[in-house]
Amino acid sequence: MNRMLTLNIFRYNPLDPDSTPRMQTFTVQEYDSMTLFIALTQIRDEKDPTLKVDFCCRAGICGSCAMVINGRPGLACHTQTKDLPAEITLHPLPFFQLLGDLSVDTGSWFRKTGLQIEAWCHSDDKAFDPTAEEMRMDNDLANEIFELDRCIECGCCMAACGTARMRTDFLGAVSIMRVARFYLDPRDKRSEDDYYEVIGNDQGVFGCMGLLACEDVCPKGIPLQDQLGIMRRMMAMHSVKGVLPRPLIETIKKKGCCHAHAQS
Amino acid sequence: MQIHHTDVLCIGAGLAGERVAVEAAMAGLNTIMLSLVPPRRSHSSAAQGGMQAALGNAIMGDGDSPDVHFADTVKGSDWGCDQEVARIFADTAPIVMREVAHWGVPWNRVVPGKHTYYKGGKPFEAEEKAEKAGLIHARAFGGTAKWRTCYTADGTGRSVLNTLDTKCLQYGVTVHDRMQAEALIHDGETCLGCIARCLRTGELVAYLATSTLIATGGYGRIYKATTNAVICDGGGQIIALDTGLVPMGNMEAVQFHPTGTVPTDILVTEGCRGDGGTLLDVNLYRFMPDYEPDKSELASRDVVSRRMTEHMRKGLGVKSPYGDHLWLDIRHLGEKHITTKLREVYDICTNFLGVNPIHQLIPVRPTHHYSMGGVRTNRDGAAYGLKGLFSAGESACWDMHGFNRLGGNSLAETVVAGRYIGKRMVEYTKGATPSFGMQYVDDAHKKVQERITDIVTGRKGKENAFKIRDEMHDIMMECVGIFRNGKDLQKAVNKLEELYDRSQKICLSSTCKGMNPELSTALRIRGMVKLAQCTAYGALMRTESRGAHTREDFPERNDKDWLNRTLAYWKEGASMPTLEYEEASPYYELPPGDRGYGGGVTIPNELPPEKFVIPEAAKENLKKAKL
Ligand SMILES: Cc1cc2nc3c(=O)[nH]c(=O)nc-3n(C[C@H](O)[C@H](O)[C@H](O)COP(=O)(O)OP(=O)(O)OC[C@H]3O[C@@H](n4cnc5c(N)ncnc54)[C@H](O)[C@@H]3O)c2cc1C
Ligand code: SF4
Ligand code: SF4
Ligand code: FES
Repeated sequence: MNRMLTLNIFRYNPLDPDSTPRMQTFTVQEYDSMTLFIALTQIRDEKDPTLKVDFCCRAGICGSCAMVINGRPGLACHTQTKDLPAEITLHPLPFFQLLGDLSVDTGSWFRKTGLQIEAWCHSDDKAFDPTAEEMRMDNDLANEIFELDRCIECGCCMAACGTARMRTDFLGAVSIMRVARFYLDPRDKRSEDDYYEVIGNDQGVFGCMGLLACEDVCPKGIPLQDQLGIMRRMMAMHSVKGVLPRPLIETIKKKGCCHAHAQS
Repeated sequence: MQIHHTDVLCIGAGLAGERVAVEAAMAGLNTIMLSLVPPRRSHSSAAQGGMQAALGNAIMGDGDSPDVHFADTVKGSDWGCDQEVARIFADTAPIVMREVAHWGVPWNRVVPGKHTYYKGGKPFEAEEKAEKAGLIHARAFGGTAKWRTCYTADGTGRSVLNTLDTKCLQYGVTVHDRMQAEALIHDGETCLGCIARCLRTGELVAYLATSTLIATGGYGRIYKATTNAVICDGGGQIIALDTGLVPMGNMEAVQFHPTGTVPTDILVTEGCRGDGGTLLDVNLYRFMPDYEPDKSELASRDVVSRRMTEHMRKGLGVKSPYGDHLWLDIRHLGEKHITTKLREVYDICTNFLGVNPIHQLIPVRPTHHYSMGGVRTNRDGAAYGLKGLFSAGESACWDMHGFNRLGGNSLAETVVAGRYIGKRMVEYTKGATPSFGMQYVDDAHKKVQERITDIVTGRKGKENAFKIRDEMHDIMMECVGIFRNGKDLQKAVNKLEELYDRSQKICLSSTCKGMNPELSTALRIRGMVKLAQCTAYGALMRTESRGAHTREDFPERNDKDWLNRTLAYWKEGASMPTLEYEEASPYYELPPGDRGYGGGVTIPNELPPEKFVIPEAAKENLKKAKL
């Protein structure tokens, strides 16, 4: 160990008219257990304090530090230098607005799409009774919902997505997965019509080309592929409603539904 | 300068800030929420364990009630907490857990039938009741009589934060992320909002609000080794302290955890030691039995942390580029045990340390974990010293934790306080008739602008911000850690006084148009040194040991002289805080007594009998809180 690492880092300050996109090289002495979080913090503390890069939890939990690491989107804090060659090239995530150097604005995009797909439980909040017992729920279902709640909105999936590269209004696997999360949740009272309205189009499920780069890069291992499949089938069924006989739709739909239901 | 007007301004978008924002927005108030990062990246997302609430659904929580939870909390606090607040907390926590369930939190639920659980590393069987099927389940956490920690797998903070954030979206809370509050706007009596610095453009922005909430979380970054996120720099406490009017409560009350990992201080669970893990020094010698012949590694959190520090002070720590540490050895537990029962630990070690704990040692050291102190508020979350200013969550000293908070109680506090204080804020906001004198906006703006110019031009001096930060880190770790004594604390106070002076003379080492990240650090350091000084000075003056505050030279808990709360003010122009004291609790529903663990001697207090009576007004208020 104890290599000298060479980090080629993308630099550009959109607020400075004199700044042009370029690569800057830093060398850092590698230590045991070094992550890109440590290497980049060291560069910022000791070599160039103007370097823009976002870190928060440094534990792979908050989703702040996604960037393109030697060509592949990933979390910097979750990447150990020993797993990389001595020469490391870092770019900001594509697709999102660049704020400077390695920092991009994922937050605004996730808020905007969250509003667009109405990413909240559509239930009667006012009806909450502080004296009443909670609604009962099957523990397996709770776990299944949580499985999709584990998304940290890092944006890696969008950065890897071919469709997103071609159409900037693509909602992406992450939004479709989020709709699936509410579709799964009995507390959300939306009908299939409502869901169809938000993702039953080319911006949503019908835009996806199914190449699954998204799931490949997701640092949380969220089953994006399954969710895309489920929602696409649900939406496809929905669009042929009235054409196919109802009982047939019901049987096909059951088959497509999420894992637990499919097994039962 | 851009000026935004709003009814309610929430500075901070973690669980506490979001819960208050939801309350305000649901009541039809205009609400703006500021955050350094997109709300879901707030540090609350990192809390994996869970939230305590006495629902009593789980079999191991059978017979639990808010009364038991209240007693656990007061004992945990070593009688340092405000008992009226602890009571409101314990009694409304179950309601709040159900409420967030109603909104979408996928709490783990009771599965009836026989299950194998673990206690102290040993498996045992228990049968969950059929009639409780599907109700919110609970797991164990330290210092509690019952299992009452509600959880969603290993991501409680994440899932509750997601749910609250969806409600903020739904009810139209305006979010301005990458926006850092730099100063409160006030007229000496009432808080009118804040001046913030945009972390996208570097521009200053004013927010004018009828009521303002500080919910900026902890300030762990005054220590070098902390489990807190890198953004937990105390920004909210700093702007409150900077007014010279708002005091910090009990800043000396700081919690440490024995097994933060090196280099990044990510926490590994106590379960490692519970299951038989051992601590080794530089010579691979198991040293804990020498200090604690009976319990060894299984002594309580603060005891183990203290012994580890003591051992490293003898020069027996392992030297590393990241500072001294010790080893945690779990190799003998075997692959199966490590990859199943301690999976979380296995993941952290392999993903972040590059260490395979099946074959290798884990580098650990005692690490700062939680700040009990913060912006002192009254029962309703209103800050002392300024009307219209509120605080909730880890940034506040509300004060239900006293000198030691229980695991699972802080995450619960964020939402429980958020709901209760949110309602009080709505009442206040609806009843207030604010007048926004523009001169106060200008005053605050000018102050921030001048500091920025000082730092950018270096006209006050040439001090380096990172250097001051590193020196602060070193002295806090060395002298204001787990073991404290008068001599070291005095040394820290002197050093911090010097650093405070130097922090006024910071000069940037770089230039960058628009937003310069170095300026963000440089702007924060002076305030962080102030918070560090409040901590060190409060600890020096408190000549007793209580909860997490351990004085080697004053080992007793002294109820006669110290059954009180420290209030630290930083008067305009002063170089040191001014300390005042107030009674720990307005009354003592649970009279001061023995905690039943930790040992130690108590010097008793003769409280007058009326101190043990719950006032009618408190009972009325509690009833209202449960609506
Ligand atoms: C690793 C870890 C694990 C934990 N696990 C548990 C657990 O299992 N159970 C438990 O009870 N407790 C746990 N805790 C403690 C608990 O997580 C925290 O106390 C709690 O989440 C704090 O929430 P908060 O809303 O007060 O603040 P935070 O979630 O920290 O949010 C602070 C907010 O303020 C914003 N902010 C900060 N400064 C400024 C500024 N100057 N201007 C504008 N915005 C600002 C931030 O952007 C953020 O949005 C844990 C803590 C850690 C570190
Ligand atoms: S789905 Fe995965 S890759 Fe996409 S934002 Fe969520 S965590 Fe990141
Ligand atoms: S599967 Fe669909 S969403 Fe995923 S990367 Fe491919 S096109 Fe994008
Ligand atoms: S800093 Fe939070 S995921 Fe990397």
